[in-house]
Amino acid sequence: MSAFLEITEVGKRFNGTTVLDDVNLTVDKGETVVLLGPSGAGKSTLLRCVNMLERIDGGRIVLDGEELGWRESNGVMRELSGRAEARQRQEIGMVFQSFNLFAHMTVLQNVVEAPVGVLRRPKREVIEEAHELLKQVGLDHKADAYPAQLSGGQQQRVAIARSLAMHPKLMLFDEPTSALDPELVSEVLDAIKHLAVTGITMLVVTHEIGFAREVSDRFVFMENGRVVETGLSRRLTVEGAENARTRDFLSKVL
Amino acid sequence: MTEHAILDPATARHIPTRHVWRGVIAVVLLLALLWFVQGLAFNQALDWTTVWKYFLDYDVLAGLGRTVLITAISIVVAVVVGGLLATMRLAESRVLNALSWVYVWFFRSVPLLVLLVLTFNLSLLWPHVSLGIPFGGPTFFSIPTQKLIDPLAAAIVTFSLQQAAYTSEVLRASILSVPLGQREAAYALGMTRARTMMRVVFPQAFRVALPPIANDAINLLKSTSLVAFIAVPDLMYSVQQIYSSNFRVVPLLIVATLWYMIVVSVLSAGQYVVERKLRNAPSRTRQGASA
Repeated sequence: MSAFLEITEVGKRFNGTTVLDDVNLTVDKGETVVLLGPSGAGKSTLLRCVNMLERIDGGRIVLDGEELGWRESNGVMRELSGRAEARQRQEIGMVFQSFNLFAHMTVLQNVVEAPVGVLRRPKREVIEEAHELLKQVGLDHKADAYPAQLSGGQQQRVAIARSLAMHPKLMLFDEPTSALDPELVSEVLDAIKHLAVTGITMLVVTHEIGFAREVSDRFVFMENGRVVETGLSRRLTVEGAENARTRDFLSKVL
Repeated sequence: MTEHAILDPATARHIPTRHVWRGVIAVVLLLALLWFVQGLAFNQALDWTTVWKYFLDYDVLAGLGRTVLITAISIVVAVVVGGLLATMRLAESRVLNALSWVYVWFFRSVPLLVLLVLTFNLSLLWPHVSLGIPFGGPTFFSIPTQKLIDPLAAAIVTFSLQQAAYTSEVLRASILSVPLGQREAAYALGMTRARTMMRVVFPQAFRVALPPIANDAINLLKSTSLVAFIAVPDLMYSVQQIYSSNFRVVPLLIVATLWYMIVVSVLSAGQYVVERKLRNAPSRTRQGASA
């Protein structure tokens, strides 16, 4: 019985510095898992490795039975071509800390671009669905605005809609609220909260412990490129955590 | 005294500082300009009748056509080749990086005029152009270089190749100006590298590249007057031909200058229009949806 997303003994080094050290992690289908930990712990790097924005130096990542980034051939692992990699990424949505909406496109164009251009779906149908997705994040009235005309919270909600338009198997959130003004954080968290109940599988890097406890099923606490503790999210309190380092971290951020 | 005492700053009339010197300098400069223009307009040596007589002369217009042709082709080739060079320079291959760098280094180092005359005399270096297997293989066909390169072709080749070197640097800088996050977002949506460049990076880089490329086009337009050295009958050369027979040097130089100014004005206006269009880019998707 294998999990939906299986991260096995993944290692990653940047110029000799070990950023990920033997990371093991599984996420079941429909589960929401949060990655917690101090900055520099390797949470974002791990997320980027899942999406192949970084190449792993060791270990393997398997999503829904499919090896990501590599394929086995005659007893060796060969790196996938850019095209095959892009195909795998179609099934993984990613929301970035800095939103990264395409600056030269309107909100609607941002959402429509990949389903039409990459998946070759009929434009009319995609536009209809895009309006639907924008409605879900409360921004259909901004469909013709450009990203620069939106607040950070609005941009991030559009970025979520843009990812969802690809119907991904897995959603990755890389500190989705860290670049936002405090008063705009909740609108983005609410949008993610709504997603969690739709049964989509999510892996979220965040510093919002309250949100993590409320929305996620499990937490993974990382430090220095290693997984220190994993557990059920309702245990995300100073008393509930088992590991001393996790408790220390929680006592500082809660 | 009493008046002073009851002055209420909130309701009193406010008089801004008068910038007297700005006004004085402006008037002086305008008068100087007027004096200069008047001196030009009524200068007998300028001989405006001759200017107007040759302004629409057939040879002048034909020369103008060649000038515009050389410039237009060179800029288009420069953008295409420059785009390739910039992509090579940014590629993850040391060899491609180096080749691109060497190209840019070479064509920026050689003076335009030297390059022009050299290209025109290419037959001295390579008497024949042939197609075959290199390093001593068989030759399929061969023609004399002299037949292949006429003055106009030499001019177009020279300006295109040199301009490509400059344009590649403009394009490289403008590609680098697009934030990395834009590319990562495109990859995360499953776009291939090529698609990401075409749909996300180039459209944004183009906005940055447009003003310097327009600048280069204007510069190139006037640099093409160098082709007189290899006897391409462009605007400048045609004018020279005329004044060397009727000795009306200044009026004919004015004819050429006016035409250069007109074409540069058209280019500048075009740049302005395109830049404005890009700034308020209309929603293409909405138009597509209603169509």
